[in-house]
Amino acid sequence: MSELLLSVKNLSVSYDTEAGSLQALRRANLAARAGEVIGIVGESGCGKSTLASALINLLATNARVVEGSVDFNGRDILSLSAEEKRHVRGRHIAMIFQDPMTSFNPVLRLGDQLVDFQDQLDLPQREKRERACAMLARVGIPDPAYNMNRYVHELSGGMRQRVAIAAALLMTPDVLIADEPTTALDVTMEAQIIHLMRELRHDYNGAIIVITHHLGLVGELCDRVYVMYAGQVVEEGSTDDIYHNPRHPYTQALNACDPAHLEEAVATLPTIAGRLPDLVTPPQGCSFVDRCPIATTHCRNAPPAMVEVAAGHHALCHEARR
Amino acid sequence: MLNYAIKRIGLAVLIIFLVMLAMYAMVFLVPGDPASLALGPRATPELKQALMESMGLDKPVYVQVWNFFRNALTGDLGYDVWSKRPVADMILEVFPQTLFLGAVALGTAVVLGIGLGCLAVLWRGSLADRLLAVLSVSMISVPSFVIAIYLLLIFAVWLGWFPAIGAGEAGNVKSQIQAVILPAAAIGITWVGYIARLVRASMLDVMGANHVRTARAFGLTERKIVLRYALRIAIIPTIAILAVGFGSILSSAVFVETVFSRPGIGSLITGAVLKRNYPVVMGAVLFMTAFYLFVVTAADLLMAYLDPRIRDVLRG
Repeated sequence: MSELLLSVKNLSVSYDTEAGSLQALRRANLAARAGEVIGIVGESGCGKSTLASALINLLATNARVVEGSVDFNGRDILSLSAEEKRHVRGRHIAMIFQDPMTSFNPVLRLGDQLVDFQDQLDLPQREKRERACAMLARVGIPDPAYNMNRYVHELSGGMRQRVAIAAALLMTPDVLIADEPTTALDVTMEAQIIHLMRELRHDYNGAIIVITHHLGLVGELCDRVYVMYAGQVVEEGSTDDIYHNPRHPYTQALNACDPAHLEEAVATLPTIAGRLPDLVTPPQGCSFVDRCPIATTHCRNAPPAMVEVAAGHHALCHEARR
Repeated sequence: MLNYAIKRIGLAVLIIFLVMLAMYAMVFLVPGDPASLALGPRATPELKQALMESMGLDKPVYVQVWNFFRNALTGDLGYDVWSKRPVADMILEVFPQTLFLGAVALGTAVVLGIGLGCLAVLWRGSLADRLLAVLSVSMISVPSFVIAIYLLLIFAVWLGWFPAIGAGEAGNVKSQIQAVILPAAAIGITWVGYIARLVRASMLDVMGANHVRTARAFGLTERKIVLRYALRIAIIPTIAILAVGFGSILSSAVFVETVFSRPGIGSLITGAVLKRNYPVVMGAVLFMTAFYLFVVTAADLLMAYLDPRIRDVLRG
């Protein structure tokens, strides 16, 4: 197996809110190896964005790391000093943000921003411009020298996302996190961006972590998938396992809701009944118990443990072994 | 950008023309003709006739408007009814004093306001932030002539630190600066409050924006993020408000120059109004309008320079 780049161990993050301490992430575990593409899926509010923020060390000011660590290069990056954290960001762990329209500065030229993003590299200004230009060409931006001089609002949605990908790749980071990379795009553009990311996989040696609620994207790109629910990783396995042999009832329900799995046209798309539990006071037993079709009294009282259902396939469910 | 500049300047010229028309209308709407008002009730008809002719008041109104407009464009704003001096000369003589006063007031207000605004952002949510909020709102809500009178009483009359009246000795920079401090404070204090509130709000807004998060995610230093990525955006609303507020600074100069007996456009206008010296009033108001438009146009161009989105809206 290839080198382990990043490992999240028992990570719990809470937000201090007026209603109390909101447990957005509860004892999450994750491992990313070189050359691997990992998917993190789940509905809104499941903790996937909090996990991404923790990975790039940009948690909100009201967020608190309750326990656990994010180990990178043999060190826990959560316990670094502010200055050391800054050196890890961008240089070693980079991020492609969700909405490329708002994630670039509106009053600076894109090229100038791409040059600034290389601040941590000790290169002359001209070389940084050339690198940026070459990277724009690499991600399929036509006439990169001209587009370097434009502002973000002058580009189309697909172009912006390409620039965002170019920006993240500029520093050849060890870990690349893509937060909902296609959510802001229409279907045609989405297909093009997925195609681009599949292409980039071949020359990129680091780990890619794709965060999305879009199962189709995961199927197209990822080797392994982590399914999150209510701040916990509830199932982990190869993309094949998650698609064709899901063991956690939530994963099964998610798959059933994916329009791609429907055999024939329906008037209303299926949904998962019920709501996410309140994360200020999470349920004592399994988090999914209120929406689960196979829940027992035991599920309500005792928290489930992660069980290995097959080699490299784990589920957080009392019933998974059966 | 050049197109935009030309459009803006053309608009400014049109506004000046409309202001001149309005002023002319005002002179005619006020009861009594300027000549009899100037000469008083005991003037002979011949004398009045002579003054009317010298002021051009015997000609049809449209000719008068045209003459006034044409003369104003060549820098001729007419003559003082009493001293017969050219109005343009009188304005240029006192204008540097008003400009100096306004520049010191506004410059100090911008520096202090941005400073306090940034401190409030750094200390946000703390007791100091709330105290700054109370201080800023108090500064905004007290009118400048009230502040002027209190400043005079405390610092000039009781403590004797600064002169109470005048603009200082000509050629003596130290005495001129001493004389400008109190009146500039009277005008500027309101603006310190305004700018501090505005900068705090827009800085907080920008620092929470996604693009600042992106800059952080690429490991840029906080210093570079604030100075290059955030301040440039946060400063735009402040420039817009300052340009508009410059008009109110000019009008507070009218009060403040009177209270502190400083020479300047404000006291020139006040004196001329009291003596019904129409050419001086009209000339000075016209000059201030033109100067104000110049400032607003310059601010618009500056904003378009700072924000490419404004340029596009204007171009499209």
